Amino acid sequence: MGTTSEFSLPLRAALKAYRWRRVDPVPWTPLRRPLVESRLALVSSAALTLPEQAPFDGSARGGDTTFRTIPGDVRAADLVDRHPSDSFDHAGMRADANLAFPIDRLREMRDDGRIGELNDRHLSFSGTITAPGRLIKRTAPEAARQLADNGVDVALLVPV
Amino acid sequence: MAAELERQGISTVALQLLRFVAETVRPPRALFVPFPHGYPLGRPGDADGQRAVIEAALALVEDENLAPPVLVDHRPRG
Repeated sequence: MGTTSEFSLPLRAALKAYRWRRVDPVPWTPLRRPLVESRLALVSSAALTLPEQAPFDGSARGGDTTFRTIPGDVRAADLVDRHPSDSFDHAGMRADANLAFPIDRLREMRDDGRIGELNDRHLSFSGTITAPGRLIKRTAPEAARQLADNGVDVALLVPV
Repeated sequence: MAAELERQGISTVALQLLRFVAETVRPPRALFVPFPHGYPLGRPGDADGQRAVIEAALALVEDENLAPPVLVDHRPRG
């Protein structure tokens, strides 16, 4: 796993002092049908987007809580890194966006019959949100509603 | 985000890079991965290793005996 020792001292101090929001009780949806019959969507906070999509606002107070909809037929090589943070090494995901948005791998698993189908849209957030109030109250329910309306059974969440 | 998806009937599993964050926030199902920030699925171009991470994550969704919060370490082979 990652450790905070990868980060600068000020960031380490901020992570330690940050008031992480505990989810209690933990909501739980058991898988309702076998994976081979399920529809899967990807939710990444690596801020990868299509080149023509608007970038995330790295200067937004508390972080940019918007998300971009990534079409299901995208290839990882089509995605560009819009993550505004310089606190981690971007070289890996710039070389292979599957590291944080593993759409090529998921497509292979669908083609192999491991996963029923992939949703025709996936979601990309920017994982730099320090004030998550708006995300929790508005953006997350709206994003979840969109995927629920699409009949998504399983979501794979990938940070960076 | 995971909590909201679960509330709306979608099973989730989240990759995690920092153990203390997952222990505090408690996503419903979390797979700790032994990789640095920027590399949640491991090595660029390593399709087998990346797929192994996804398989380990999806196994948490498939396991009917687990109860929340689920926090499991991913141990890559080799």
